[in-house]
Amino acid sequence: MVTNAEVRTKVLDIIADIALDDDVTGIKDDVALREQLDLDSMDFLDIVMELKKRHKIEVPQEDYPRLASMASCVEYLVPKFNQ
Amino acid sequence: MKNDKQRIVITGIGLTSPLGNNLSELREGLLNGRSGIVHTEIRHMGKVAAGLCRFDETKHQSKKMRKRGTRAGAISVFCTKEALNDSGVDWDATDKARVGVYLGITEHGNVETENEIHDLYNSHNKDVSFWSHHHNPRTVANNPAGEVTLNLGITGPHYTIGAACAAGNLGIIQGAQQLLLDEVDLAFAGGISESTETFGIFAAFKAQGALGHHDDPSLATRPLDVDRNGIVVSEGGAVYVLERLSDAKKRNAKIYGEIIGYHSNSDASDFVLPNTERQIECMKYAMKKAGIEPGEVDIVNMHATGTNQGDIQECQAVAGLFSGCPTTFVNATKGFIGHAMGAAGALELAGNIPSFVDGYIHPCKKIEKLDPDCAIPNLVNGEKIAHDVKIILNNSFGMLGINSTLIIKKYS
Repeated sequence: MVTNAEVRTKVLDIIADIALDDDVTGIKDDVALREQLDLDSMDFLDIVMELKKRHKIEVPQEDYPRLASMASCVEYLVPKFNQ
Repeated sequence: MKNDKQRIVITGIGLTSPLGNNLSELREGLLNGRSGIVHTEIRHMGKVAAGLCRFDETKHQSKKMRKRGTRAGAISVFCTKEALNDSGVDWDATDKARVGVYLGITEHGNVETENEIHDLYNSHNKDVSFWSHHHNPRTVANNPAGEVTLNLGITGPHYTIGAACAAGNLGIIQGAQQLLLDEVDLAFAGGISESTETFGIFAAFKAQGALGHHDDPSLATRPLDVDRNGIVVSEGGAVYVLERLSDAKKRNAKIYGEIIGYHSNSDASDFVLPNTERQIECMKYAMKKAGIEPGEVDIVNMHATGTNQGDIQECQAVAGLFSGCPTTFVNATKGFIGHAMGAAGALELAGNIPSFVDGYIHPCKKIEKLDPDCAIPNLVNGEKIAHDVKIILNNSFGMLGINSTLIIKKYS
């Protein structure tokens, strides 16, 4: 069983490797990532690709909005990590 | 007599080379006969001689943009920002819509394509859903120049000039032409290459029997020597700030030199072999446009890559035009820095431009056993010579029979 906290750490690790110039340690979970970090659409595609490469998790295009904030990422990804 | 709006001058230089990351480092290396060539490991090739640049990729761009972009883009951004800083142009006051970026390239996209295919086969079992969404913006041919515009907020034109190993000269020529056409008021122009990041270029030169190698990397390429060995692939870049003389005068700019002539033509004879007759023609037309005679040229900088055909054909061309000119001296740069491909012409010109000020002509890397077919008059071999330099003629030639000659005059 992968916990919410563990999924959050995995997502944070990915974001840290993408938002290389930002401090990601103070991310507010309920605020949109784009409002806190210098992220654009290509960065979100990077997040999707890294989830696939590192964790074999597929995020279909219609679900991209579920990655908007850390809280929504965790809510969306925990079931996938535990499938 | 041209007016100041019809005269194009160089007011800034930014570069990275196997001998250093600014004009003074490159010049010091060339005057003192230092080699910038090292051994390095290349995928599928093992140990090869190459000319590598060691500059701070994130001096002028963020880590994220570097990761998103390309090595070619990183070289371009570094050289352009260094050139801008060197020029003293008031960037905040500059109309960015009237700035153009024109960069010569030998090729672009091979690095990224090789990397993607390597990962596709070795990590992803040929599942193309792992192919990067960054592939297209990284591999479009305008990428190196486009990254510069993103970095500097330039909204004028940008593109690259694909011109094989003549590209460095062609980038500068393009910039000068766009200024003369009044398309822009300021041009960042030159050439760049990231070719050392690909195995393909090394493998192809090896298959052609033209890849230079030696246990001592500094001896891996010896242009004009009987034991010339072949080509050493290098990376690098040189970007020039070009302006109309009228604009340069207005802001009391430092002026490195004036572009007084240029020409480009085609051999129309072979994919790879050079053509002496067309090279002579190229230099002749450039001198005609410049309004000078061969005897007025102080330095002829040869393309001289260290291949049999290339060296001999060019020596015949240079001797054919300049053998009766007692004050015209000949040098070549690739023995020190290797062949920087799309950057070669621009980088090698930068190596000679300080001669207008320091009064020396840098030598060829010491040619121990001069090929009799390359024994042309006034070859500067191994030791710099003192000379009052006023005019430099810079040659760069490339595959598919593309020739370019650029003539720079000391500004007075």
